[in-house]
Amino acid sequence: MAKKEYSFYPGCSSQKGASASNYQTSVDAMCDTLDIQLNEIPDWNCCSASIGYAEGGELPRIALTARNLALSEQANPGQDVVATCAACWLSTRESKDRLLEDSQLMKETNEALAQAGLKVQANQKIRHMVEVLIEDFGYDELGAKVTKPLEGIKIAGYVGCQTNRPFGIDGESFENPMYLDKLVETMGGEPLEAYDKKVQCCGGALAFSEPEKSQAMIKDIIESAYDHGAEMIVTPCPVCQMNTEVYQEHINKKYNTKFNMPVVYYSTLMSVAYGKGYKESGLDGQIIRAKKLEEISKR
Amino acid sequence: MADLNVAAIEKYRNNFLKEVEANVEEGEWVKMCMQCGVCSGSCPLGSAWDHPPQELFMMIRAGKREEVLTSDSMWMCTSCYNCVVRCPRGLPITHIMHGLASYALRLGLAPKNQPTRKFAVLFWENLVKTGRVNELKLGLNLYFMNGFIEGIKTALGMQKIGLGMWKTKRMSPMEFFGGHGCKDAKGLQAILKKAREIEDAKRQKFNS
Repeated sequence: MAKKEYSFYPGCSSQKGASASNYQTSVDAMCDTLDIQLNEIPDWNCCSASIGYAEGGELPRIALTARNLALSEQANPGQDVVATCAACWLSTRESKDRLLEDSQLMKETNEALAQAGLKVQANQKIRHMVEVLIEDFGYDELGAKVTKPLEGIKIAGYVGCQTNRPFGIDGESFENPMYLDKLVETMGGEPLEAYDKKVQCCGGALAFSEPEKSQAMIKDIIESAYDHGAEMIVTPCPVCQMNTEVYQEHINKKYNTKFNMPVVYYSTLMSVAYGKGYKESGLDGQIIRAKKLEEISKR
Repeated sequence: MADLNVAAIEKYRNNFLKEVEANVEEGEWVKMCMQCGVCSGSCPLGSAWDHPPQELFMMIRAGKREEVLTSDSMWMCTSCYNCVVRCPRGLPITHIMHGLASYALRLGLAPKNQPTRKFAVLFWENLVKTGRVNELKLGLNLYFMNGFIEGIKTALGMQKIGLGMWKTKRMSPMEFFGGHGCKDAKGLQAILKKAREIEDAKRQKFNS
């Protein structure tokens, strides 16, 4: 099969020494197996996630993402823009839609971009990596590359919010998306049948500003995974991953629980199932170690 | 921005709905709310809102300007988009909440000590400096946003998480001394400055 190429928007958290650098590591390993070439958008900037709106306002926020699109059009013409971070994907896709439906906004955005000699058309498709996997490969093709099936591991597919709403993955429902469960199954693992918290919000950025309220929600997400027999949680979003992994000790103290649930990315599962090593799969980035995956990666 | 507030009061006197339609992102949708309450029932932090979205929409139409703009409520939005996908009328509720919060901030009416307001401003300022978020500095600023003593307490409480992040190479002390950023941060800042000017000029026009 020919190599597939995409214009890649990695986002702040995926950088070296940043909170989701382990996500990027596993994405690289996964793409190596699938023969995907990610052409990084040169000099990309932050998308302002879902918290920059207050100070940023509307046009500056859209101009921010438009700059990335303009750079992508220049450097990687004709290629779909792919993001791995839920917030990056959402903000970029939202801006693109808004630019295309509002010619006044397009005009104003280009007026701002001209300050740096840039111009945007916003005519590229904006996609999440999960869409690339499902639509450009498909479960059968993804499964065909598995060399070390994740046999006997029960995994809770925690989809969360922003890869699911408002855009979501084509053909999936907002209330009960199945793609993560299908990916788990494709990798030889065992998805939970009735994980009722699969689309529960983790608090997102409010985990920082409203820690108590957010941790109450995070507690429910992890508790439900335990209640349904999960040994680990898998997620497609860097904020979901971080929120559900790093606060477990705080939650244990406050609620007298004994949580110690590893939370990994879909790309971590796939890298391990594709036979990549401990480090290549980003397993060294787990604060709560995913021991079952470590065992498989060492086999 | 107090002047902007006075100008807006003068201009719209008894019609807060018109003010929202002209100045708040996606504000022209507010009149479409049919008061079913699905948004309020769908919000993960619903119980934390003094006035859930459905109520805010009614208050806007009832002209309760001060109560809406000084409210803590829309700052509770986690951007989960539950309300957006469930709203039978298709209102972009998340964006309207963001828009109301942002407009209240521009007018100087947003509650001063609201933690999400503070964090949102820190986040924007952080990203504008180099074009990319510096997670280490953002974290430190966040700990200390309620003063020094509070900051030390928070930092101590977060010590173990920080250590875990550092050990797994998901946090780098080098970020304190610069770190990642855009090469053309100046160009980016010029774009944002221009965008802000255009947005402000439009509001001035509406308000004069």
